Amino acid sequence: EKLGLGRPALPEEISAWDVAILPDGTGLRPGSGDVATGDEVFAEKCATCHGEFAEGLDAWPVLAGGEGTLTDRRPVKTIGSYWPYLSTVWDYVHRSMPFGSAQTVTVDETYAITAFLLYSNGLVDEDFTLSNENFKDIVLPNADGFYVDDRPETEYPKFRVEPCMKDCGPAVKVTKRAAELKVTPTDADGRPAGTIPAYDEASAAEPAAPPSTDTAEAAPVEGQEKAATAPSTEAAQAAPAAAVEAPPAADAATAPAPAPSETAGLDPALIDQGKNVFKKCVACHKVGEGAKNATGPTLNGIVGSAAGQSEGFKYSKALADKAAAGLTWNEAELQAFLENPKDFMKGTKMTFAGLKKAEDRAAVIAYLRSIGK
Amino acid sequence: EPDPKITEVQEWATAFGDPVDAAPYGTPIRFESHVVRRNVEWLTESPVSSINFTPIHALEGTITPQGCAFERHHSGAIELSKQDYRLMINGLVEKPLVFTFEDLLRFPRTINTAFLECAANGGMEWGGAQLEGCQFTQGMIHNMEYTGVPLRLLLEEAGVKPEGKWIYAEGADASSNGRSIPIEKALDDVMVAFFANGEALRKEHGYPVRLVVPGWEGNMWIKWLRRIGVYDKAVESREETSKYTDLMPDGRARKWTWTMDTKSVITSPSPQAPIRHGKGPLVLTGLAWSGNGKIKRVDVSLDGGVNWQEARISGDIKSKALTRFHLDIDWDGSEMLLQSRAIDETGYVQPTKDALREIRGLNNVYHNNGIQTWWVKADGEVENVEVA
Repeated sequence: EKLGLGRPALPEEISAWDVAILPDGTGLRPGSGDVATGDEVFAEKCATCHGEFAEGLDAWPVLAGGEGTLTDRRPVKTIGSYWPYLSTVWDYVHRSMPFGSAQTVTVDETYAITAFLLYSNGLVDEDFTLSNENFKDIVLPNADGFYVDDRPETEYPKFRVEPCMKDCGPAVKVTKRAAELKVTPTDADGRPAGTIPAYDEASAAEPAAPPSTDTAEAAPVEGQEKAATAPSTEAAQAAPAAAVEAPPAADAATAPAPAPSETAGLDPALIDQGKNVFKKCVACHKVGEGAKNATGPTLNGIVGSAAGQSEGFKYSKALADKAAAGLTWNEAELQAFLENPKDFMKGTKMTFAGLKKAEDRAAVIAYLRSIGK
Repeated sequence: EPDPKITEVQEWATAFGDPVDAAPYGTPIRFESHVVRRNVEWLTESPVSSINFTPIHALEGTITPQGCAFERHHSGAIELSKQDYRLMINGLVEKPLVFTFEDLLRFPRTINTAFLECAANGGMEWGGAQLEGCQFTQGMIHNMEYTGVPLRLLLEEAGVKPEGKWIYAEGADASSNGRSIPIEKALDDVMVAFFANGEALRKEHGYPVRLVVPGWEGNMWIKWLRRIGVYDKAVESREETSKYTDLMPDGRARKWTWTMDTKSVITSPSPQAPIRHGKGPLVLTGLAWSGNGKIKRVDVSLDGGVNWQEARISGDIKSKALTRFHLDIDWDGSEMLLQSRAIDETGYVQPTKDALREIRGLNNVYHNNGIQTWWVKADGEVENVEVA
């Protein structure tokens, strides 16, 4: 029984949202792109994370190589070694890449990038052009490497057996300890983060709020006099310095120590807000003590500094040119760059769509200002 | 010695507490500030495509509060208002449709409680005990009571053509995170949800609308749901080919491994919940679940799997939802190797990690439902270990 709810989806709307490409080519849009063009587009839009040869920088996905590694202890799962269908590559590049700037790759660019990825995996020659016409001719090497979940046949019968309850084997010994790896986040006291505090620690860690005199005065209830001498504040004062051992806020451990001289006059709430907004940036930019260049340059002391100064970072030509022309990252320049990186600096390697809200930009700038060199 | 907390009048027993509007939408009392989602930074390159973990070591009962239920985003949690929300159904249907949020509110609603477990929950442990803490090893799970519209009703409104055998659900965020689901499942118990635990979905859980796919891996529960396409075959998206497929020892991979198999874990005692009270009465508490139906029984071992006893199921047993179990023991203060083992209504018995490794090797990443071992020491401290 239909309720008659909703309205017809218009062809333009379906075309805008239904961008799925299936292995048989369903959904492909007319167009083409060659390896050489793909190489250029990839260098501009993708290489900051995936590397110029699709080899993957830091822990970003490796897209090329890895043939014959699927039975290794550390398999390298790439388009060439693992992905079954080329349609998946085209679909994902077109709809979700570049990371942080999705849906900015044109149809022809998508063909070109896909052609380049085939080339970087040794699957086509350097003069290859990929189009909607020849798309279905491409079969990826691992196309037959997948089979439908067979747990119901291969595993369930094994495990649907009434289990042993008593004396099921010889005594066991500890063979592996996670503690030895030391890769778990810890609290200040060295325990695994989030360890439930002991009851006495818990109360000591939370100094009682000082009794509000307003409330006391406004509350002429029986027993008020006694309340004034109640031992609660005393207890709080007597609490040992155990407060230091209180579980820190979830991310306090990683907070870069602000340089006091530069934070003077800054709004701590705005800095906090900026730290939160900066989560959109930390994928590429590291800050704080010991921060190194990553996909993007480290940003310690960036506010008020000359552009292009992070030692060892390979800046785009666009940024290097502006830096040579004397660009300084003052508030106004940062505001403009962060609002629309590509508009402010055509040719920047920063594949980030920008912060559309002025308050987010102001907050991030305040946060960056709070971080010393 | 009389306890001054009793013999002396305490401040809270004489002065006012907070007025009614102190927190119009409250948060937990500050004494519980350690009970939060936590991230393991080295796991991923970017916090916008990452995961955090539910503090299951510190929770009880079966319902996970939204505010501490684990998050997994592939391109960050987006802010999408009800006014800006649209849901499109297209593809192999008689009539492609667009629904507003208000339209969805006019379809008959149902309620269902379901667990959502990431396919990678426990996945760091394939090679051996790695992370210390129940939250970090098994915390990619939550359990909520959802209210929404059965997807079946929306599909019927559009009229699925006979050749429509699959749906493809995708989100409005930049990742879109699309997943293919066979039409049988889509018409069975999949829900288009807008409330969880009685309140609107939180932003990080897909506000205003997410898909609920009971018993199946969390990646399929598309958040910020914007489109349901009907197809004659699977789309084979990035998340169902290059990711969320299970590499086997022969170098081939299982695909479409949707069901989350039967599993359980003792949530306390555990590394983040050591025993602080010494020997004597001790409550062991834990969670059990099955993507294939209801939990039938949970066994607990104190000696690493040599001897087992049946735990007590507390509260209701719901299909494809978390079930709480307890075992009350008199701890003599000696070391224990705690394990739990869930059995579901199909007779499936949660296997050991080694039994899974024997079939799947070490490169599987996903679907590690093996038995977890906690080593309780005489001082009450607990470690994540493996035994043999």
